[in-house]
Amino acid sequence: MTAVLALVGAWLLVGALGLLRPTGIGWVARVLFPMGALVGLGVAAIGAVALTPAFVAQQVVLPLGLPDLPFHVRLDALSGCFLLLLGTAGAGISIFSAGYFRAGEGTAPGLLCLQYHVFIASMAMVVLADDAYLFMVAWETMALSSYFLVTTQHRLPEIRRAGFLYLLMAHIGALGILLCFGVLHGGSWQMTFDAMRASPLTPFWTSAAFVLALVGFGAKAGMVPLHVWLPEAHPAAPSPVSAMMSGLMLKIAIYGLLRVSLDLLPPGPWWWGLLMLAMGVGTTLYGVVFAAVQTDMKRLLAYSSIENIGLILAGIGLVLIFRTFDLRVLAALALAAVLLHAFNHALFKSLLFLATGSVMHATGERSLGKLGGLIRRMPWVAAFALIGSLAIAGLPPLNGFVSEWLLLQTFLQTPRIPLAFLNMIVPLGAAVVVLAAALAGYVMVKFFGVIFLGQHRESSLATARDASWLERIGLAWLALGCVAIGAFPQAALDVAGRVTQALVGTMAQRGPSLWWMAPVASNQASYSGLWYWAGLLTVTAVTFILVRGFFRARSRRTAPWDCGYPWQTPRMQDSAEGFGQPIRHLFGPIFKIEREVPQPTDRAPSYRIQIEDRFWVTCYRPLGRLIQGVTERIAVLQGGQLSVYLLYSFLTLIFLLVCVL
Amino acid sequence: MPAPTFAAQVLQTLAAALLLISFAMLAERRSRRLVTLLIWQGAVLVTSTLLVAATTHLPHLFFSAALTLVLKVGVLPWILLRLMRRLGIERDNEPLVNVPTLMLVGLGLVIFAFGLAQPITALATTVMRHTLGIALAVILLALLMILARRKAFTQVIGFLALENGLFFAATTTTYGMPMVVELGIALDVLVGVFIFGVFFFHIREQFDSLDLHHLESLKED
Repeated sequence: MTAVLALVGAWLLVGALGLLRPTGIGWVARVLFPMGALVGLGVAAIGAVALTPAFVAQQVVLPLGLPDLPFHVRLDALSGCFLLLLGTAGAGISIFSAGYFRAGEGTAPGLLCLQYHVFIASMAMVVLADDAYLFMVAWETMALSSYFLVTTQHRLPEIRRAGFLYLLMAHIGALGILLCFGVLHGGSWQMTFDAMRASPLTPFWTSAAFVLALVGFGAKAGMVPLHVWLPEAHPAAPSPVSAMMSGLMLKIAIYGLLRVSLDLLPPGPWWWGLLMLAMGVGTTLYGVVFAAVQTDMKRLLAYSSIENIGLILAGIGLVLIFRTFDLRVLAALALAAVLLHAFNHALFKSLLFLATGSVMHATGERSLGKLGGLIRRMPWVAAFALIGSLAIAGLPPLNGFVSEWLLLQTFLQTPRIPLAFLNMIVPLGAAVVVLAAALAGYVMVKFFGVIFLGQHRESSLATARDASWLERIGLAWLALGCVAIGAFPQAALDVAGRVTQALVGTMAQRGPSLWWMAPVASNQASYSGLWYWAGLLTVTAVTFILVRGFFRARSRRTAPWDCGYPWQTPRMQDSAEGFGQPIRHLFGPIFKIEREVPQPTDRAPSYRIQIEDRFWVTCYRPLGRLIQGVTERIAVLQGGQLSVYLLYSFLTLIFLLVCVL
Repeated sequence: MPAPTFAAQVLQTLAAALLLISFAMLAERRSRRLVTLLIWQGAVLVTSTLLVAATTHLPHLFFSAALTLVLKVGVLPWILLRLMRRLGIERDNEPLVNVPTLMLVGLGLVIFAFGLAQPITALATTVMRHTLGIALAVILLALLMILARRKAFTQVIGFLALENGLFFAATTTTYGMPMVVELGIALDVLVGVFIFGVFFFHIREQFDSLDLHHLESLKED
């Protein structure tokens, strides 16, 4: 316990050291960020210790905080699991940042270092907090420090706008969480989580707390319709920051949701789970469909994050449903799937965001329409991005497959729910999840194919250089995580079992042996990452040997996919928009599309398309206009004349005196 | 109801003088005369406080009378006159509302204040209980004066008159406030006037005038 607090302190110290030489990029990049990465490894190690079977939850009261309101911290299995996530992915991102940040880009490097480490330390404190007070302090620190990180390039007006939107949504979310804690203490005014677990609440108030938590944490996690900040803020931030926000901060929101709905609140009515499931499924589909039509690579990844958060929320919905009916094994299975997917998403989404960072630094381009063929110029980044893309697309033998497979296995168990109504509805959710998983594959083909394959769409790409070795280490570390979890899913399931043991009282079955994972029953469904690897490698090797050994004489080199054309230009390739076009047609009503198509007779044809979020048009704009209108009415009071202002106070005084009379 | 004592009768006369001065300030347009009126108001306040102190034998009231004498008859008018000379203020413009209307509104306020004080005077036991209505009227008239003037300088005088009214109300109902509070308020008023002085110079530098309607351009559209 003291060790983890010391490590959090070390993060803060590393950040503060950045101020010693605010503009010294060498000091910050070569010394401080690697140190931060080491601290991250330490945090991960402590998280792993907290997940061993022998570990007992530890509680400490810190001599900090307000006089009668000290900070309580607690390390248990759930915190440990998220510390492990934070440390592992954080270490990778930190070491990448060491190679990534350069002088002269927006905020001074020393300041950036401080903001970065305050951000990551505050996330650790959110996970460790054991009272609502410390939780909110850490939560707001996290929101503020990330706001400053998002607005690193604060000279650009659209980035300031994105930052403001993010801050606004963060505050709306924080308001929900604050109100949720306000309900949870149940009139006892005890802010510790222990008191909240014990507080007797009527069913109405528990439901109110649940809905408030869903809104509050949902706004941070990017749940539709509170997601609007996410596709704006993620592309605005520097890539390592996008990776931290998408990979880590969204998971901290998930942690909050798990902590409140599974730990602090008693099992609730079945509609809690259904509501969560419906929100999750909607978010998933919405996210993936929008990801498919994006032409900016970071926006694409941001929408893909929305999709993955939707999957996680759907999983939590299942946990809640099973918990209502006291189906503990199934709840444990669903929770394991949720935790595993959260972990996996932290790894591969960070990996992909970092890869886009390298691409941006090498080419200066963010738009998919101007990239292409980078696999030849940047083989390392391409290889790691390929691993990330395959993982996020949910292909075996990587980690994304494992968690999505577990989630679908859970969906298949719904016939055991004793309520016929739910029995009919939940499989519909399963269908949407499968659709989303397939579309995610489509999105990733687009992402990888358009950036790395084909020919250069701009001649300037021919001079692009591969990532530096520090960046490669960061990418490799995250890619290694993806591969390792894919190869040993049963070990990961075991670890998640510690958390499920603590929260729902049991753990999913781990399968017959170390090599096989059979979470439900060994005769129903089982999977072995290692055997899959073995099969894959064997088939590849045999094919290679056969081709090389027997057909060598008849092989010839030629341009691929040229379909008989004598020559090919980069403009003849499938573009990002072209690739997304079928989705745009199929899901047309969801989008609000503005399109300028050139006439056949145009001498200088131009093509422009703008796809807008329908939620902007139907929810946020009218709401904004309403607020604007009301405030304009109120602003009439502010006439500018001093004597009128004085008259207000005078009349108020007279009025109050009359009231006394 | 027993006939009031001689001291109480004198006090009531002084209170009436205070009210009269307030009306005079409301109608006065010359800044220099306003300061003179403020000095008179302070002097009446000192006399009445001394009288209360003599009749009730409360030693701290002597102190507060001395404090009032130094501050309100001496230091503050001196600062104000100096400021006036340095800023070159001679006469105020027309008030926002013309003087007769202002007087009528003032009369209404006085009636209102007396009505307001009625239930309180019925309960109070102090010597000066009948003067609470006048104290309230002085406060309200000072507020009216701040409201109706255009120039920042006159508004500061209104603010000081307001403070006088409050002080008078305090001695009327409760034989004055505790010494600490009174010292604090005296210091606040002094510092307040200094700050106003600084602001005067800034406002004049910015707008070449102390007329407050220039400040309207500061409003954000």
